[in-house]
Amino acid sequence: MTTKNRLFAWAVLAAGLSGAVGLRPAVANEELEKMSQDPKQWVMPAGNYANWRFTELKQITPENAHRLHPVWTFSTGVLRGHEGGPLVVGDMMYVHTPFPNKVFALDLNHDGRIVWAYEPKQDPNVIPVMCCDTVNRGVAYGDGKIFLHQADTTLVALDAKTGKVIWSVKDDDPAKGATGTSAPLVVKDKVLVGVSGGEFGVQGHVTAYNIKDGSMAWRAYSEGPDDQLLFDPEKTTVMGKPVGKDSSLKTWEGDQWKIGGGTTWGWISYDPKLNLVYYGSGNPSTWNPTQRPGDNKWSMTVFARDPDTGVAKWVYQMTPHDEWDYDGINEMILADVKVHGQQRHALVHFDRNGFAYVLDRATGELLEANKFDPAVNWATKVDLTTGRPEVVPQYSTDHNGADHNTKGICPAALGSKDEQPAAFSPVTGLFYVPTNHVCMDYEPYKVTYTAGQPYVGATLSMYPPPGENNLGNFIAYDVNEGKIVWSDPEPFSVWSGALVTATGVAFYGTLDGYLKAVDVKNGKLLYKFKTPSGIIGNVNAYEHNGKEYIAVLSGVGGWAGIGMAAGLTNDTDGLGAVGAYKSLSNYTQLGGVLTVFSVE
Amino acid sequence: MTFSISAPICARISARALLLPGLALAALLIAANPHPAAAQAASSSSQNQGASQSAAPTDPERPYIVKDGRVDFHTFNGYRRYGDNCLRCHGPDGAGSSYAPDLTDSLKHMTKEQFEETVINGRKNVTTATENVMPAFGTVPDVVENLDDIYAYLKARSDGVLGRGRPKRLDGED
Repeated sequence: MTTKNRLFAWAVLAAGLSGAVGLRPAVANEELEKMSQDPKQWVMPAGNYANWRFTELKQITPENAHRLHPVWTFSTGVLRGHEGGPLVVGDMMYVHTPFPNKVFALDLNHDGRIVWAYEPKQDPNVIPVMCCDTVNRGVAYGDGKIFLHQADTTLVALDAKTGKVIWSVKDDDPAKGATGTSAPLVVKDKVLVGVSGGEFGVQGHVTAYNIKDGSMAWRAYSEGPDDQLLFDPEKTTVMGKPVGKDSSLKTWEGDQWKIGGGTTWGWISYDPKLNLVYYGSGNPSTWNPTQRPGDNKWSMTVFARDPDTGVAKWVYQMTPHDEWDYDGINEMILADVKVHGQQRHALVHFDRNGFAYVLDRATGELLEANKFDPAVNWATKVDLTTGRPEVVPQYSTDHNGADHNTKGICPAALGSKDEQPAAFSPVTGLFYVPTNHVCMDYEPYKVTYTAGQPYVGATLSMYPPPGENNLGNFIAYDVNEGKIVWSDPEPFSVWSGALVTATGVAFYGTLDGYLKAVDVKNGKLLYKFKTPSGIIGNVNAYEHNGKEYIAVLSGVGGWAGIGMAAGLTNDTDGLGAVGAYKSLSNYTQLGGVLTVFSVE
Repeated sequence: MTFSISAPICARISARALLLPGLALAALLIAANPHPAAAQAASSSSQNQGASQSAAPTDPERPYIVKDGRVDFHTFNGYRRYGDNCLRCHGPDGAGSSYAPDLTDSLKHMTKEQFEETVINGRKNVTTATENVMPAFGTVPDVVENLDDIYAYLKARSDGVLGRGRPKRLDGED
């Protein structure tokens, strides 16, 4: 019932909005919130503030999806990993690229004619301090501006109509290894942005800038003293209790928190009713856990913050004292779903560590944490009372110590899922999750910190789980039952963001370059098309001139491009079948092309 | 290119000398150590000093020891240090990524001097179609101190005598 009511409300809003685009209400938040409810547009990275990646558009159905075909394409002219996806605001589409971080405004009324193009001047020396390729996860829209988060951490506001720079601000310092890869999010009169550099000892933070002039409104660090965390020791809670004074400092040795990582390069979501923003922090630096004793708070943490002040309402650390590089930055999906039969205002998060966390998004209460890949073995379960994972000593790289090769850990550092966002359908109540199915050997060793240089301290070998030969799965997941409903195996990790339609079609891209449409009921393949390069971008939907379109960037790269270009290491038993498909480079080459599909 | 150290001179700069604190790279030109082998032994990690010295390879064309798939400590150490500083661009086992070259192929065409010059000074290849930049590692202790070992590991991979994955060690300390 709830779902139906909401769908109806959306339809009304959408009807009321047609033609209203371009008007500017006093508060950007109201404008943007309404626009995000118009299925014809795709105005923020995940489609809506709740990070659903869901479309109300109804032209493409399981019955006609086989008639999908590409209708137009656009080459970005850049040949590195293309993450994120295009925005559609009114009649304009905004396409971004990896470094040098170009932005194109394409006129949908004129076959994608380039209305304006923006290319920042950036020092190419930022390229080698970007872990894992020069990716960028997309631009944000708000208040008539397009916000671009550049590789060199510059946040620039462009006039959405002309591409002219309105303001520009430097968020952090690439000389220290801080870089920009994440998509900003506009909330009310602010634009929020995270930072990358967990492999360089950056002290992670999320920062809010005022969209009018780019002045800083607040900055909240992931580790450090309470005033840097923006914690109220009495009011900020963890597992229902106040965090207390110096909750982060107590969990680090000496000044290590200053180079503690906990970067914030994933996605941000927002609940307007609760007035809370949500995001996760990444790995503590270094990857050698023996070098940084303690829980390393608040790395690997879900944060709920007040977007006006930045003050944290609640936090939850998923992987205390990380020993495997299981960054907690994946998207937080805000969904009202049944958990153990009871309707909850939930936050659902498919973490790198292989557990699907379900929390009450108002209070931070941990409701459920179940494995969403049966291969996960580093922990038996998550204790719902303490919130801590029960780590298996055999797979503890800290327990086994530095200079020891801990073998057979699942998942690999890539995670059971990385940044590639899942989709949620309020129609089915299920989540559609792109996953990695990879295990690893992990050997930590001592490293020295040098500002602006890699601060990694572990070497890894990766391979599929023993006896299996698929490196990825696209799954449907039910949080009520805490189980996988169906699972489509893929030869390579599924590294693209998913999309699900109200009519029951789920879309995702593959590393070997296919855009695939499957039936949400059973995962059955309805359509596939091989794009020019491997897909690590996110699938988005929009409508123009009465027609529904599906858009996705192809362009292989990212961490997937590093780990799989040459194929995974074939050094464990039971991998005979792996040789069958060898390396990704046998399937796809570099690219940078937007492909747009429709049903004729 | 920021620095213009010629390759032959560069080759004679010992890994150890580059680590002298506070010295600008250019100043190191006069600090060249004529005994790279001695420097190599001195530069090995504190772990297993005895084992590594007794197994130190002597052939400059084959700066590694590989027997029955097992390697000397230097080569093993090179594998680990590769993982720390090189892997995130050049991929697992030196095999390349979507944007950085396959080093097992590169070392078939590169001299050790060219290899060292590239690691120490970095390299830029930025055109309209590519934006490939390798950073200068000349001031990074974990790289410079272990440069001979990293080379030995990659050379063993490039020469085809060492397969993919974590190599086993001759001293049996797996």
